Amino acid sequence: MRFTRLTATIAAGAFALGLGMGAASAEDTLRIGVEGAYPPFSWTEADGTLKGFDIDIARALCEQMGRDCELVPQDWDGIIPALLAKKYDAIVASMSITEERKKRVNFTDKYYNTPAKFVAPADADFEATTEGLDGKVVGVQRGTIHQCYMEKAFPDVELALYATQEEVFLDLASGRIDAQISDSIQAKEGFLDKEEGEGFAFLGDDQFDLECHGEGAGIAVRKEDDDLRVAFNDAIKALRENGTYAEINDKYFEFDVYGAEPGS
Amino acid sequence: MAESDASGGMIETIRQFSAESSPIDFVIILEHGDLFLMGLVQTVALVGLALVIGGALSIPLSLIRAYRHPVLNPIVWVYTYTFRGTPLLLQLYLIYYGLGQFEAVRESFLWPIMRDAWWCTLFAFVLNTCAYTTEILRGAIDATPWGEVEAAKAAGMSPATRVRRIILPSAFRRALPQYSNEVIFMLHGSVVASTVTVQDILGVGWTLNGKYYLAYEGFIAAAVLYALLVWGISRLFRYLERRYLSHLRPRDGSSGGGKRGPKAPSPQPAT
Repeated sequence: MRFTRLTATIAAGAFALGLGMGAASAEDTLRIGVEGAYPPFSWTEADGTLKGFDIDIARALCEQMGRDCELVPQDWDGIIPALLAKKYDAIVASMSITEERKKRVNFTDKYYNTPAKFVAPADADFEATTEGLDGKVVGVQRGTIHQCYMEKAFPDVELALYATQEEVFLDLASGRIDAQISDSIQAKEGFLDKEEGEGFAFLGDDQFDLECHGEGAGIAVRKEDDDLRVAFNDAIKALRENGTYAEINDKYFEFDVYGAEPGS
Repeated sequence: MAESDASGGMIETIRQFSAESSPIDFVIILEHGDLFLMGLVQTVALVGLALVIGGALSIPLSLIRAYRHPVLNPIVWVYTYTFRGTPLLLQLYLIYYGLGQFEAVRESFLWPIMRDAWWCTLFAFVLNTCAYTTEILRGAIDATPWGEVEAAKAAGMSPATRVRRIILPSAFRRALPQYSNEVIFMLHGSVVASTVTVQDILGVGWTLNGKYYLAYEGFIAAAVLYALLVWGISRLFRYLERRYLSHLRPRDGSSGGGKRGPKAPSPQPAT
């Protein structure tokens, strides 16, 4: 009796909270959820301004669609629940299009696709195989395609789960974890090419599993907002065609991160 | 989603919310019962060990504070002030991320231990709870009735015997109610372990939410577990207080108001 009442009270509280967050919603401004802790795709400057590929793409998409946009920084943990609670209307945060996520949200077409890779000390004496990683601790960001992949492809390897990718690199650098797996471009630009990444290197080849990794990073919207999804798709196509995408791409990367054209 | 007036349409809104988004998925919580059990063990082990070790260390420290040892007292004061004056989360971050930055720490013999998130967390918890317990005990020792000490002196007890047989036992009793709060605060504070990869109760909750992109299922399960633990802790302390503070309760045993009532003949020998 006591339990059920307690559980009900907590549940009611959680609902009220979720509804409260969703209540105020300005009609005209499009609000976009971004992470701000995933360089070079998204990071927060010391003065609080948001920078990165995702940020520039989000702004370009808004301009293309002729909408006023507001970027809302949100931790990766809870980035989908906050979309569902209408804290913002779309997520532009390097989120891969996966079946598991499609149960909760809808995705636009991909706006980029880069492979996942392990990173370990350059002088690591093990390989990126089940035997090689036996007894090692591998760091991943919680709730990502990389956690999904590790649990599926390396079920016996011990995982350390982090709230942000930056914390994963921090612990890799201090030697607390033996290796980490993440997006290869993000790992290169956000860690390996920086001072902290000295002495570290990629371990093994690209890691891929369709179920976990999906078809690339897309923009997530609520299921009922299909007009918005279509508008985003048109805008992505337009940016690809009018050269804006290439312009933004070249600011951050030496090659086209869009990957293969769909259907090719 | 329809606008709703906060409380009136509550049930209706919940129903609507459940229909449009998803209701609480109790199934997913139950399916991960083993994970939550592991989280529970992790939390109980961390908090339990921290309380035992921190509690043991706090006894000599509280005596140093209460007797105002000329050299050690200021040092212990700085320690307790630092750890009571800063948030536990900050202490854990400084120990976990801070210490790991130094080459010297990473090369020292301590690194195999400090490398592990679990030991870092235990270390932070011990330092934190020890600081609080030291001050709780110091307060209880300071409040020792002078007559008890006088009587012990008159009975010819040496200073060490007085501490062991009179001052500490009596201080422990007086500290019980406050200490039960410390235990509960420590349990609630222990959620910070989940921020440094320890899979405690909240850590499992985060994992569940992260894996299935849920908003609250993991948190609700965690909240229920914490509430259960607190219930157990308060039961334990209620029992301890009944047993060890019985001399402070009304004699007649009826609930309340008995303090001024007629006294029953004392069943106990005077202590």
